[in-house]
Amino acid sequence: MNWDSLSAFIDMGGRGAFVWGSYGVTLALIVAELWTLSQRRRDTLRRLSRLQQLNGDELNGNDSQSS
Amino acid sequence: MNLFKFSSPQTFYSLAGKLAPAFGVIAAVLAAIGLYISFFVAPTDAVQGEVYRIIFIHVPAAWMSMVIYLAMAFWSAIGLGLGTRVSFYMSKALAPTGALFCFLALWTGALWGRPTWGTYWAWDARMTSQLLLLFLYFGHIALTNAIEDARRADKAGAIIALVGAVNIPVIYFSVKWWNTLHQGSSINLTKISVVNTMLIGMLIMALAAWAYSIAVALVRVRSIILERERRTEWAGVEIAAQGGRA
Repeated sequence: MNWDSLSAFIDMGGRGAFVWGSYGVTLALIVAELWTLSQRRRDTLRRLSRLQQLNGDELNGNDSQSS
Repeated sequence: MNLFKFSSPQTFYSLAGKLAPAFGVIAAVLAAIGLYISFFVAPTDAVQGEVYRIIFIHVPAAWMSMVIYLAMAFWSAIGLGLGTRVSFYMSKALAPTGALFCFLALWTGALWGRPTWGTYWAWDARMTSQLLLLFLYFGHIALTNAIEDARRADKAGAIIALVGAVNIPVIYFSVKWWNTLHQGSSINLTKISVVNTMLIGMLIMALAAWAYSIAVALVRVRSIILERERRTEWAGVEIAAQGGRA
């Protein structure tokens, strides 16, 4: 075990800002990527399904796509 | 096994949907183990103290940024050679994650450089070529999004990926070719200059980064496939089935 206490762990031998600045930004960017990824999937499906409905309407009420 | 089967967007779409969660779980487990080793098993460095623990992100991120670019070049070559659309989709799906790791390599390098070298940044060969890699990623993303005609965008992106790949060996060997600020590699095939637990921690974190990148790219490629294949019958059925729930 490297650390006597939580504060020693956070302090990282006086270099806490550099160590946690690295790990923190990494974590933040990964969370951001996962979030935008789920948003993208949702937005794509919404947009394409809307487009599909509009095209379906144009084809004289051909609503084979709706359940 | 017929590999060409997977070049069908429909097959690849469902395969990606099955594989992505598995790689996500692998990434999470490896990251947990890797982080535990990074902070609790690997000893304090005799010279650098605790700040060296940045290595467990810095090196895997830098490796990943190079590997992803090579993967993009690989898919681009396949796409141009065989005309498989899925190859271009994969190349496009990898780019944002490659850019992310490239940025992280630069960011963690700056935060490591300040306490150890006394500077956040220098126009050193390794750092400058890594920064160029970040611009290549941005260029690829911007170019493929800017070109209206999807097929032309694919080809333009493939050319950036292939031409830019020349930069990868430059980054890798820069510490040998130019004797500037960045230190030589700690690991190569003939000698390893870090202690065992540090090496194991770094390798596990690198594997976690691999699994994460694969998982994320597979999820992203599914959106790209739906978008691009929306006029095909199977995609229409999938959009109708999933669209209502989105």
